[in-house]
Formats: sequence, structure tokens, C-alpha cells
Amino acid sequence: MSAVQENLKMEPVVEIGSLVNNFSITVGTPNGSGSQTSNLTILRALFKMGIPVSGKNLFPSNIQGLPTWYTIRVNKDGFLARRDEHEVVVAMNPDSFAHDLAEVQPGGAFFYADDIRMPINREDIVAYPMPVKQIVKESDAPSNLKNYIANMVYVGVVAQMLGVDLDKIHQALEFHFKGRQKPIDLNYGVVQKAAAWAAEILEKRDPYRVEPMDATAGYIMADGNTAAALGSIYGGVQFAAWYPITPASSLAESLSEYLPTLRKDPETGKNTFAVVQAEDELAAIGMAVGAGFAGLRAMTSTSGPGLSLMVEYAGLAYYAEVPIVIWDVQRVGPSTGLPTRTSQADISMVYFMGHGDSQNVMLLPGPINECFEFGWRAFDLAERLQTPVFVLSDLDLGMNQWMTRPFEYPDEPIDRGKVLWEEDLERMNGRWGRYLDADGDGIPYRTVPGNKHPAAAYFARGTGHNEFARYSEDDKDYERNMLRLKKKYDTARDLVPKPFVETMEGANLGILAFGSTEAAIQEARLHLAKAGIPTDFLRLRAIPFTQEVTDFVRDHEKVYVIEMNRDGQLHQLLSLEYANQCVKLISLAYLDGLPMTARYVEEAILAKEAK
Amino acid sequence: MAEQTTETRARAQVNLIGLEKSDYRGQPSTLCQGCGHNSISSQIIAACYELNLAPEKVIKFSGIGCSSKSPAYFLGRSFGFNGLHGRMPSLATGTMFGDHTLRAIGVSGDGDTASIGMGQFKHVMRRNLPMVYIVENNGVYGLTKGQFSATAESGLTLKSYGTNPYMPIDIAWEALVGRATFVARSFAGDPKQVKELIKAGMSHRGIAVLDIISPCVTFNNTDDSMHSYAWGKDHEVALHELSYVPPLEEIEVEYEEGEAIDVTMHDGSTVILKKLEHDYDPTDRRRALEILEEANAKNWLITGLIYIDTAEANLIEIHNLVDTPLNRLQEKDIRPGRETIDIVNAMMF
Repeated sequence: MSAVQENLKMEPVVEIGSLVNNFSITVGTPNGSGSQTSNLTILRALFKMGIPVSGKNLFPSNIQGLPTWYTIRVNKDGFLARRDEHEVVVAMNPDSFAHDLAEVQPGGAFFYADDIRMPINREDIVAYPMPVKQIVKESDAPSNLKNYIANMVYVGVVAQMLGVDLDKIHQALEFHFKGRQKPIDLNYGVVQKAAAWAAEILEKRDPYRVEPMDATAGYIMADGNTAAALGSIYGGVQFAAWYPITPASSLAESLSEYLPTLRKDPETGKNTFAVVQAEDELAAIGMAVGAGFAGLRAMTSTSGPGLSLMVEYAGLAYYAEVPIVIWDVQRVGPSTGLPTRTSQADISMVYFMGHGDSQNVMLLPGPINECFEFGWRAFDLAERLQTPVFVLSDLDLGMNQWMTRPFEYPDEPIDRGKVLWEEDLERMNGRWGRYLDADGDGIPYRTVPGNKHPAAAYFARGTGHNEFARYSEDDKDYERNMLRLKKKYDTARDLVPKPFVETMEGANLGILAFGSTEAAIQEARLHLAKAGIPTDFLRLRAIPFTQEVTDFVRDHEKVYVIEMNRDGQLHQLLSLEYANQCVKLISLAYLDGLPMTARYVEEAILAKEAK
Repeated sequence: MAEQTTETRARAQVNLIGLEKSDYRGQPSTLCQGCGHNSISSQIIAACYELNLAPEKVIKFSGIGCSSKSPAYFLGRSFGFNGLHGRMPSLATGTMFGDHTLRAIGVSGDGDTASIGMGQFKHVMRRNLPMVYIVENNGVYGLTKGQFSATAESGLTLKSYGTNPYMPIDIAWEALVGRATFVARSFAGDPKQVKELIKAGMSHRGIAVLDIISPCVTFNNTDDSMHSYAWGKDHEVALHELSYVPPLEEIEVEYEEGEAIDVTMHDGSTVILKKLEHDYDPTDRRRALEILEEANAKNWLITGLIYIDTAEANLIEIHNLVDTPLNRLQEKDIRPGRETIDIVNAMMF
């Protein structure tokens, strides 16, 4: 497995609490008003200024109208988890105005559209009105775009008041509009006008501002779904079937966006791939299983409700031993749940997925370039193990923009696993068994349709089968096959990515987590260390659990298992695996559907340690 | 077959690619004696033998139920996949992207297709997957001991389940409305027609739906049941006498003007439809819907090629794939070159 992911982690250069490059901006707008463009523009401009930055879209499941927030954190030390504290607030939505006003930290700045005529009953903040309607009116935007353009007013005003470089705003707009001059000019015109207005009229009375740094060199900004799609393309994905669902849709959409550029035959212009939008998730996974059976690198991507529909085919793929990759971009359940909120609550379901005895292999990406890495690695594992490989991302990883190290070209050749072609069968005189454990690792050999050797074919099935893929209800056949599958799962322990482990001097507490929570945990670890509680950290990158996880549990007095769900699902799975040590495992499960904060981690551990 | 001597081999009849009929057989059937499905399996074997198809070039799919067990009983040298209830079409769809040179046969039943499978049945037609989709239609659930299926006629009385109160689903009608490009109905008691339709279906460019009334001798074969042998024999009205002529073969029988319709298939073969009582043009979808309504009203078991459109592109063609089967592509074909990674990173912000 490749080297452990490097984290966004820098030594603090200034005391925490400084007001330069160290605060959160939260923007409240009505959903569907086009504010995403404005928010991303601010985010990207800050990134281009060299300041570590993150953005979280906290949005409703709605096309238009309901309140939505976007929170940007700038942090010179590279701590980029979401915070609950908002030093700079922009209020564009009358419906959330009172709420947004109440959220401003004492001493903070409150920018608001001046057509919202509501009382500002706080003395402990600095309020800045913005003449949004007037500036839009003065712009030459066509009337159908005026509402969208309105959000560029706050970009200009906030940029002026915080010290965001307008050139960087322009670069962000160029990127967003893919170089199309007309929208760039239109939007930038409004930004300039608003900034000029602010420079002339507003007096800076709050202490928050940004200054250029050099801390983002060597990073890119990307979201996990795009990274996953690109990684899959470098993994040689040949077939993808999907059905629209928040927050997974953009993964498949990114496949369709980038595949034609990267994967057409250069001579004929013909495709080496196919992407099919299925009629539902039942069909999406059915198609992927068919393609996997046929020897293609096949995948589907979905979220909780879709995953529920996929259970039966996933079970067939497990039992018939068909390689497929299933991306689950987790959102809040149960049922339809909170479709636009983030969660890590599918891990138990996937672990046990399928009726009867089944065990599934999972990859758990954390940083965005790991979404890329697991994009290609998942295919190697699926084909090597001939089993479904589930990659559990989440809404926060999948849909938000993150700073990340660039995507790295795969450092290993493609592994197609144990596939026999005509010449192999010729050599073996056609003697082989589809479900025979020829190598003692539980992984059998397979052939794929189109193989012309007369002994190549077999009839794949979800019914009981013997080592030669014949229908069998024989008790010995059944038992032998199921025990071989178990052995195969043990083989997987040596093949899946090892965890990321980071230790601190003198630590006897362990923290064990996975996925998108690392930023919050790393920040909390620093605070805890300062408070005299050093911790070791293990970020789980795959299931089944590897020896490193066993060692980590064994070597610590206590292990805090931190995750975003109600029931402490990973804690439960670890307790099953390490039943004789389960009293050492302490669950810290966090439930509100918003990305985890460092404060939560810090306070939860302090509360436990105080006891 | 090691004990078979060269002598017996020489005496056995072979087709143009040197295979015996036994090369197309599968495992012994475990279905009931006299089951219509066994008769259909025999006709699949005969059709593939007569079409001189290498078994390795054919792939079989099925869902769940008696019908779906049957692919184990034919073409033992062909790959196959017995999938989930009602979800054979999605499985077949994905598989056919693996090697587009294969010919596909999907076998389903009325329980498998007309209930949970209705969605996938409709969508596989919409995508025009190149596959012969056979529905072995007997009006009951056999494996679970004879419950009504969704194609059972209203008023049908079965021993253990009383009288069916619901309207039936007509598979051929659904296929037509679903814009299938080849819709046929046949009867397991008319093996010659079944065989010719399978051959025609195997030569079709896209999806070929064959709704074959295939009596369940155990649970639904009383003379007044619309899925019985007796009812079928008494009520079959063939639209035409259908014969299949392979590509490049001379059409030997001459027909008078207006006596027969020739349909040229995508692979160059010809389907000759010799006129019987009706003037029937299977390229007219509206007429096809009318004949089904008429058959319904007159209690006919209408059989033959109900509708065909040979022009519509199929799913695989639409995707403009490279000529090499996708599952034979090498790493260099499917992993973008190292030089592209910087470009990709530059495409991010």
C-alpha cells in the first residue's frame, strides 16, 4: 500500500485567537439563489491568497427558497474543521436574518442586505448594511440574472472589508465560468462596484481581516466526488451504472464529464467505457454486477436509500464472487432522513450487508486525494478478491471543496486478479474449478464471458453451488464454500490499505476514527496536548481490521472511537472484533448531521477524562 | 465425453461448424415431466445448433423461478448468470458491455417478468438491449406451489387458491407499448414456430421479446385455463407461417405476390412470413396493437411475429464502443497515461 496520506497540519505560527487569517465567515441565503457561485468565489480567492481555507455548504433538501448557509473557515495554522462560532456573518435572507444576527460572535462583523428591514438589536457587534438592490440596479445585468448577481454584492463588500485581493476574486470567477468572458465580466463588474462602494462608504470597525500567506502552495482544491470519479478513471473503470441521489450524483456526473477526455481511443475516437443512468438503484447495481461478471471494472455510486435497494444484488455478488465497486456517499438516515446532511451511519449496514452470512470489504477515505487513490485501488481489490468493495465517503467529503495535496498517479500497475483466458485453460487442459481454492488463499480463479475455450464457461448463480459452479444442495459443498469465503475475507486483511497512525510522546490514550472527521480530531488533539492530555491517533482506512488496528487497541489503556452517528457503529464493530478488550473502547458518537467540530471532540474527551 | 469413440463421433450428425446437437445440451432438467419450459429449452438447443452458433458465443441469463432454472438445461458450454427475481434485464445489460460480440438469451417467467420485474422489463426495451427475452408464461408460480401470477386471467380457478379476482397483464401488449423492436407470441405446443422465432430473435438487432405460453402441467393445465395445452391447441391463431433463412442462403420456396412478406434482419438473414387467414404486416405498430385487442376479444391465442423494427440502433451501438471487446482491453487502453495527471490536477482549482 502506498505511503500514508500527509495531513493538513502545520505548527501554529501565531497564538490562537489572533484576528488575522483566523476566523469563520458564514453566509445565510435563500436556497437556489445562486449563492454557491459567490461563496465558492470567496473560498477560492482566499485559497489563491495562500491562506488555508475550507468551505462547508449547509443546505436544505429543497430546490428554491429554504434557508441555506455556507461557512468558510480561514485558519493560518491549517485547522480547517467546521466551527460553530461565526465571527463574520453575511445575511442575505430575511427568513434567517434574526437567527443569523444572533449567531455573530461578540465583536464580530455582520453584513446584511439593507432592504431587509429588521431590527439590529445587538450592541456587541459591528453591523454593515449593503445596498444590494441599488448596486444590482446600477449593473447592466439582464433582468433574469439580477437575483443571481445580487450575491456578488456581498462578495465585493466582504472582500473590501476583510482585505481579500480582487485579482484573486477574478481568478476564481475565471475558473468558475471556465473562461467564459461574459459571465466573468458581469459578475466581476458587480464585485468591483460593491467593493468600491464599501471602500468609499463603510468604515472598518471590526478586527477581522486576511493577509496573504504562502501556505497553500502544493495544494489543490477539489471535492471528494470529483476525486473519486477521477480516481476511478485512473483505475480503468469500464462500466458505471447509477441513479440520481443526493449527495452521490456528482460522482457519476463527474465520470461522464471526464471520461470522454481521458478515455477515448485516440485513433478511432471510440469509447473504452460506458456510463448508464439506470431506472433505479436495483437496476444500477444489477448492471454493475453483470459488467463485473463479464470482466469489466464496474462500479455504481449511491447514498443510503439507494444502498438499501442494492442489498440483494450486493449479496449475490458476494456469494457468486463478482467484483464490483460501490461508492456510498453517506447522508443522514434512517429512511429518507436528512438528505443534505452528512453522516457516517452506514458502516454497520455495509459491514453485515446481505441476508445469510456475509462479510464485506470497505474502504474509508479521509483526505480528498485519498478519495482519488481509493477510486483506483478499489478496483484492484475487488478484482483481486472477487467481491464487492464498498467505499464509504460522506456528504462533507463528497460535495464540499477541500484543500488537498494533488492527485497522485497510481504507483502500482493494475491488478486484474485471477482471470483465466484461453491460453491459460489450454495449458491446464481445461481442468479448473470456478470455486476451487487452488491457491489456499480462499480466492478462486474465474473466467469471463467471451472466453472461447470449450471448458471456460460456467453458470453463475446465487443458489448453492459446488467447486465447479454446478447447482448443489449438498451439505458438505455448502459448508466448504462458506468457509472458503471466510478464508477469503481473512486474506483481505493483508490486502486492504493499512490505517494511518500518528503518535504523541507519552500518550496512553488512543483516538480511533475514519473519514471526514480527521480535521476536527487533529485540531482537538493539539488542544488536548496543551491541556496535558497527549493522544495517539489511528485513522482507519479499511475494513476488515488489519493487524495495525489490533496492535493499536492492545497498546492503549483507552481508545476513544469517534464517529458521526447515534449508535457508535464503528465502536460496536470494534467491540465485536476485540470482545476481550471491549471495556477499553469508549464511544464518542456525534449526531447532528453537520461536519464535526474540534470543540466537540475536545469537550467530549475532557468530559470523559474528568470522570 | 472421453469415452466417446471417433467412430461414433463420425457417425453423429454435425452442423456447419462441426458440432453435434449434444454440444448444445445442458444438465438434465429438474422441471416436471411435460413442462412447457422443457420443450422451449429443446427449441433453444435446436435453434442454436441450426444457426451454427458456437456455444461459447452465446450467453444466457435468467431471474428466479422455474423458467429461470432452465438455462442450466441448455447450452452447457455457454456462460450464464442466474440473477435475482425480476432483475435479469439489468444483469444482462451490464454483461453485454463486456463483450459485444456475444449473442444473448434471457429466460424469464410471468412471475419473474410481470411482477417485480415489470420495471426492468420496460426499461430493457427502452434501451433496446440486443437479447432474446423469452417469457415462459404459464400464469402461475410453480416453485412456490401454484399461486396466481400477474398474467393469470381474471376468473381463473386454481385448486388451492380459489378464483383470481384481478385483471391479467398481457406481456406482448406491454412489450409493444414499451417500444420493443421485436415482439412475438408463441406456444410451447407449437415447437416449430418457437424454434423459428428464436432464430429470428437471435438475428435481431435489439431486444426480441418472445411471450411463449408454456403450460404448467402441475398447477395450471386444466382444459379451460388460458395457459393450458388444450386451450392453446384449440385457440391458437397463427398470424403467418414463419420460416427463417440464414444469411447468404438462397430462399428456395417461391411465393406468389402478396402471399408472403420477407423481413430482412440486421445480420442479413431473412424471415419469411407466409400469409394465412389474415393480411398482417408486422412492421405496423398500430396494427399490432389492434390484433392483440382483437385476439383478446375473440379469445384467440394469437401467435407469430407481432411487431418488428429492424432499423433502431441497439444499446451497445449507442455507446460507440471500441471494436475490441471491453473485457479484453489492456492496462494501456484503460488507464490514462502518466502525463495526464498534471493536466487533471490543473483542472482542479
